[in-house]
This record gives sequence, C-alpha cells and structure tokens, in this order.
Amino acid sequence: MQFLTLEVILNSLREVGSTVLYILVGTAFLEIVAYLWWKPLSTFSEWIDRGLKFLGKPVRHVISTLLIVGVVIFAVGSVGVGQNVSPLAPYWPFAIVAFLVATYISPNAVKIFHWRMRLPYMLLLPAIVGLMLLVIYPLLWELNVSFTNLNPRHFKSPDFVGFLNYVEVFTRPILKQVTFFPVLMRTILWTVVNLAFHVSGGMGLALLLNRKMRLRGLYRALLIFPWAIPQPIACLAWLGEFHFEYGFVNIALQRVGLAPVRWLTEPTANFAAMCITNIWLGIPFMMVIILGGLQSIAGEYYEAADMDGASPWQKFWQITTPLLQPVLTPAIILGTVWTFTNFNVPFFINQNELETSDTLVTALFRSAFQYFNLSSAAAFAFVNFGLLLIFAIFYIRITGVLKGVTE
Amino acid sequence: MTATTAPTRVPVRRQKSTRQHFFKSGLEDSPFKRFLIHLALILSCALAVYPVLRIVSVSLRPGDRLLSTSLAIIPPDATLQAYKTVLFDKAFPVWVWNSLAITTATAITGVILAATSAYAFSRWKFIGRGPGLVFLLTTQMLPAPMMMVPIYILAIKLGLTQTYRGLIIAYSITSVPFSIWILKGYYDTIPHELEEAALIDGVSRLSAFWRIILPLSTPALAIVFLFSFMAAWSDYLLARVMIASERPLWTWVLGVRDFQGQFQTQWGLFSAASVLVMIPAMALFLYSSKWLISGLTLGSVKG
Repeated sequence: MQFLTLEVILNSLREVGSTVLYILVGTAFLEIVAYLWWKPLSTFSEWIDRGLKFLGKPVRHVISTLLIVGVVIFAVGSVGVGQNVSPLAPYWPFAIVAFLVATYISPNAVKIFHWRMRLPYMLLLPAIVGLMLLVIYPLLWELNVSFTNLNPRHFKSPDFVGFLNYVEVFTRPILKQVTFFPVLMRTILWTVVNLAFHVSGGMGLALLLNRKMRLRGLYRALLIFPWAIPQPIACLAWLGEFHFEYGFVNIALQRVGLAPVRWLTEPTANFAAMCITNIWLGIPFMMVIILGGLQSIAGEYYEAADMDGASPWQKFWQITTPLLQPVLTPAIILGTVWTFTNFNVPFFINQNELETSDTLVTALFRSAFQYFNLSSAAAFAFVNFGLLLIFAIFYIRITGVLKGVTE
Repeated sequence: MTATTAPTRVPVRRQKSTRQHFFKSGLEDSPFKRFLIHLALILSCALAVYPVLRIVSVSLRPGDRLLSTSLAIIPPDATLQAYKTVLFDKAFPVWVWNSLAITTATAITGVILAATSAYAFSRWKFIGRGPGLVFLLTTQMLPAPMMMVPIYILAIKLGLTQTYRGLIIAYSITSVPFSIWILKGYYDTIPHELEEAALIDGVSRLSAFWRIILPLSTPALAIVFLFSFMAAWSDYLLARVMIASERPLWTWVLGVRDFQGQFQTQWGLFSAASVLVMIPAMALFLYSSKWLISGLTLGSVKG
C-alpha cells in the first residue's frame, strides 16, 4: 500500500526530469557532431565523386545497393537470439565500413552531404535515431527470430530452421486449435464491418452536423465522447455491459421483449460484441475527419447544382463524395490499418479467451506471450505485416492518394 | 419601393451563401426536417454517452448493490464510498500521478521530435524523403504485440526496464510517425513566401521556423500533442511489459486492470477510478476540440 506523499512526487519528478535531461544531452551531442562533421564529409564526398566519375552512375548505384543489402543481411544475422551470441557479431566494424563505402560510392552522396542539406538532416536526426531503436532494431530481431526455433523447448540455444516457421503459419494451428485462414477471414470481416460502420456512421453524423442550428457545439462535444475515453476503460466498461445478467445490453433487450444473448461465451455473439464496441469507439474519429472535409468544400458547387435542379441524392454522390476523396482516402487507409491491428478491443472483450473470436493481432499476442512460441509468432507477425502492406500499396496505387504527398 | 430593395437584397444573400453555403440549408429546412435532424442527433448522442454514464452510475452505487438490473443513471441510494476508497485506501493517486508525469513528458518530447522532423519533410527535397514518408506510414502497420519482445530485450540491454525512463523514451517515439504525417501536411499549407520574406530580412532558417511556422500551426501541434498524450495515457501493453513487476511505478491502466481482477471484478472501485481518469482526457479533448477539425484535416485536404 502506497500513498501519494511528497517524497513520491519528488521522486518521480526527479526521474522524469533526468530522463528529459538525458534526451536533451544526447540530442545535443548528436547535433553538434553532425554540425561539425558536415563540412569535411561534404568535401570528402565531392572528392570521391570526382575520383569515381569513370565508373558511371548505374554501376555505382548497383554497387552501393548491393553493399547496403549485404549490410542489412549482416544486421539481421548479427542480432543475438536467446543466449546465443551470433558468430557474426564481432565483425560489426566491417559492416560500418561497408555502409560508409556504400553511401560514398552512391552518386547521391554529393547531394546527401551538400552543405544546404545539413539543416534538414540535423532536424531529422533525433527522430531517425529514435526510430532505429524502437522500430528498426525490433524488426531486425523479429526477422532473425522468425528463422529460428526460439520456443519454450529451445529457449537457451535456438537453431536456425530456415523458412519452416513461415510454412507452419499456413499448415499448423497458430494457437491450440485455430488455423491461419479462419483467423485471417475473421480479421478481414472484422475490419470490413467496422470500417463500413465507421465511415457510414461518421458520414451520416457529419452531414447532420454540418449546418447552422442550435446546440451544434453541444452535439459535437457529446458525439466526440467515445473518442475521448481511454480505450482500455471503454473496453472494460463495455465488457461489463455485455454481462449476461447485469449488462445494460441484455437488460435493454429483455425490456424490449427479446431473449438475452450470451455475449461473452457464444462465439458469434462475442464477435458481434467486439464489433459493437469498436464501432462505438471509432465513429467519432471519422465524423471529425469528414466534418473537416465537408467544411472545405466550396459552396459554389452546390449552388451550381441547385441551379441545374439536382436532387440532394445526386448532390451527395456527384459533389460531396468526390470532393471528400482527398480527406477520406487517407482516413480510410489509417482506419483500416488501425482496425486491423487493433489490440485492445478484441483482447479485452474476449475475456474468456475464445479462440473463435481472436483476430490476427490477439492471436499473435497469445502465441507469443501465453505459449511463448516466439519464433512462430515472429513469422506470423511478418505474414500479417506483409498482408497489410500489400493492401496499402494496392489501395494507394488505385486511389493515387500519396502521389502529391511524397513528391 | 420593391425596385429599390431588390438590388440591395440580392448581393447580400449571395455573399452570405458563397461564404457559408453549406450552413445555409439549416435555417431554410422545414420545421419537420429540423425536428428529425435534432431527433437523430439526440439519439446518437444518447448512444455515445450512455455507456459512459453507466460507469458513473455504477461508481455511485453502494457496495452491496453493485450488480443491479436497473437502468437508472443516478441510483436512489447514491454514495461516494467507492471514490473515497479509491482515493484514500488504494495506491490509485500514485498511479495517476505516475501516468501524468510520464504522459506529459512523453507528449512534450514527442511533439518537439515530430515538429522539427516534419519541418524537414515539408520544406526540403532531400534524398530519402519519399521512402522516408512511406516508411513512416508502414510503421503504423506493425502490430504492437510484435514489437514488445524485442523492445523489452533492448530495454534490458540498455538498463531501462522497471524505470520511467524506458517508458518515456518508447512512448515519445511511437507516436512520432503519425505526428510527422499530420504536421507535414499542415506545414505544406503554409505558403513558403512567409519564410522567404523573413529569410531576406536576415532571419535564420531556424528562427523563421520558430517564429513563423510554429505559431501558425497551433491547431496541428495541439492535435499532435493530444494524440501523443492519449496514446501514452491509455497504453496498456508496453506498460505491462516494462513495469508490471514494480508496483510503485504502475500507471493507472495497470492498476485499474488489477481492480478487474482474475476472479472477481471490483466494479465499484473500477468505475470510480475510471471516472477519475476520464476527467483529464475529457478536459484535454474539450479544450482542444476547436482545433480538432482544422488540425486533423487541413493537411490532407491539400495533399
């Protein structure tokens, strides 16, 4: 038992303060190094560039790319797994040298180390280092693990097993009983159902709100409520409301004269409960996005349509929907990705751990943290990630939404 | 009479309608249609708010009547007993304080990181810009449980487990990719001429960023702060992995999850605690709601 005493407050303030100080000092150090070294690096890159002119640009690109690929493979292989120290690990200085050579051989080196580019790269540096630690390293580790048999039986010294884990994702049950494809189908169904309701619900509410009327601000504030609640609380609260006897869902059903539903134990009902919770949680985000989009559409279009005698239905499909595209497409991509990878809702609502309502992400969690099949979970995770990536690439290609953004 | 009023009325109406055409429909709708719209909105609001009110309602019930089939919001025998227990007999205040300290530090660091990086993405065409932006988008597709084991291992190697330090660093970086996207989109809508004018006057690039760009992008910065804050405030997974075994360091999510218990849920305590932790998040949302719409969509409208 612990109370909020002055000592506790001061302790945590000291801890937070020292963390911020560490971050500041670290960043400042990096920035100063980059600032001082930029000019010599820039001169050096020009010198190298002049010396390598005879090779021609394509050859230099190819060599540099090959070296980078080699460094990445080395990096994956040199991350130690379990208690094994990778035999590659002592050779890391060579990898750094190879990386530098690759950078300088590339014809882009002159552009990268141009003195005008010092500021942008310095601005990016802290984020790059942070993402290296938090995204790149874990990815390399997972990639390495996915090729070994790191599981409770080989915890101390896992062996290299090649693509076995990737094959087993599709051929063996990923948890106790369920196999990959039913879970994938369920996850797709989950994503589609949620997103359909999010977009249509958000669109409906945004269209209703997008007019001059009384209480507009109040409605908007109340409708944003579900978004403002911390997700775990919302999920746990809904979990309570799906209780067979005392949850309001069943009470309301009984008052209307319908039979109560076993939300937490019946597979289909549990899946429905997950969907209801997530739909409730996700509509406000879409509503806010669409409302912003609607307000950016110039009134002239509607005036012109009015003059031509267009019906509201036609105006919606011919003006509102196309002009909402630039707002809606990124929102739909993000919504899909977030729903697909949502962890809280399928995890908390599925209190009885029904394998029949696991999505890919919760299955991943259980496989890694309850059965400790770290290696097959890693392979499984990459399959998930690949699926999402393929979806996103297709969606972006079809809608062409990122063309203007990344150019 | 009519001949003189007509020319004056027409321009006035048109001016108004071009500016806010879409709002126009509201006052010109028939009363019945307006009634239907209000009815639909009231129903939606009720659906949105009722589950939250239920939490409040449960938190007000006396301990022996937590489970009831009544649908009333304020129980007839309401007491504040659960709040009293949570605030004075449990470590809950410590948990909330921990969360508050971690989250505030996280959100501020995250915003600074994202604001500077997004400026680079928005104003320079450096090598690796396009792939970088796509990479930031793909980080959103990595399932969170996948990253937990390696992050934990890295934290052990760096000696950051069972401390705030690891959590603050990890949280402030996880929200960066999304924040960069939002901020970059927003900076893109600010005309370059503003900074160029300042640069000609001899102001350095960084102080142009500080004095011109940052003040102009308050809505987006507010949104990014809000998102980082909410992500860290309500995170369960990382907190469980990093600090679950150190009870004094617990954030409120771990504590409240503990009320929910393996075998029996302490509904009264859970609800009271939930109501209390909802307040900061709600306050932040309401406070920043005026920026919510412009900050979130202005960038993507243009992009």
